[in-house]
Amino acid sequence: MDAITFTVLSVLMVASAIRVVLNRSPVYSALSLVMLMSLLAVYFLYLDAHMVGVLQIIVYAGAVMVLFLFVIMLLNLQDSIQDYRQEKLWTMGILCATLFGELWFFFGRAGGESSAQHAVPEGFGTVISLSQKLFTDYLLPFEITSLLLLVAVVGAVVLAKR
Amino acid sequence: MADGKGRMAYGSDDTPESERSERAISHQANDESLGNGIMVPIHYHLMLSAVLFTIGALGVLLRRNTIVIFMSVELMLNAVNLSFVALARQWGSMDGQLIVFFVMAVAAAEAAVGLAIILMVFRNRETVNADELNLMRW
Repeated sequence: MDAITFTVLSVLMVASAIRVVLNRSPVYSALSLVMLMSLLAVYFLYLDAHMVGVLQIIVYAGAVMVLFLFVIMLLNLQDSIQDYRQEKLWTMGILCATLFGELWFFFGRAGGESSAQHAVPEGFGTVISLSQKLFTDYLLPFEITSLLLLVAVVGAVVLAKR
Repeated sequence: MADGKGRMAYGSDDTPESERSERAISHQANDESLGNGIMVPIHYHLMLSAVLFTIGALGVLLRRNTIVIFMSVELMLNAVNLSFVALARQWGSMDGQLIVFFVMAVAAAEAAVGLAIILMVFRNRETVNADELNLMRW
């Protein structure tokens, strides 16, 4: 990924992330989040993660966000100024600044002497290489994930049915 | 097409030498078309991930609407996914991308159950304001 692509993508992503947090209407927040996830999928493609980028579009920007929009429309919420906390803003600011400072400090050191990028093997990030690893080294976590999804489906149906 | 390529790269070694080198060249050209001029160093990706994560944490603290809080949590998950993929690319290892795969599955399950809970709470209490839902407050 070159510098221009990185700059364009990161500026757009940070702008849409800020819109997610600060927008008064939950629908606009959700749409900004869809935009952020699509941009992130493009970012993944540039980082040689083809399969993950496609999954990002299908699972996140498609399925999860449609679920969010459905629930927002089902609840029919009104926009309200009450939605933002007015108190304890200083505590919030200090907490977030500390978190950001820590992350920035440790991540900034990652670009040290050993920061040369390793060569990627052929087929890196494609469906074949990902699934080959998924069905050999990560078989048990994969099966546990299927169980988790089953439990989630049953739980969601039971909760929403009443 | 993709099937053949994968079998060549990961399966048995019966592909003719000429075909293999041709594929290697095409892969290289593909890399260049994505702009491999000056590579952005790894800590740029990680710092972008830090910025997105902090914005998500700020959203969780700042908003009262439970659905927006939930969306901010999804934003934080995406920020972490970004650093996993960047590090996988850095070390040339697929493990980071597999973790992202599992994070996506967990996030999908979490969204389904969480939104069902929000729906049920709204049905009982007629609100999704996080400050009014203080039944389990100590």
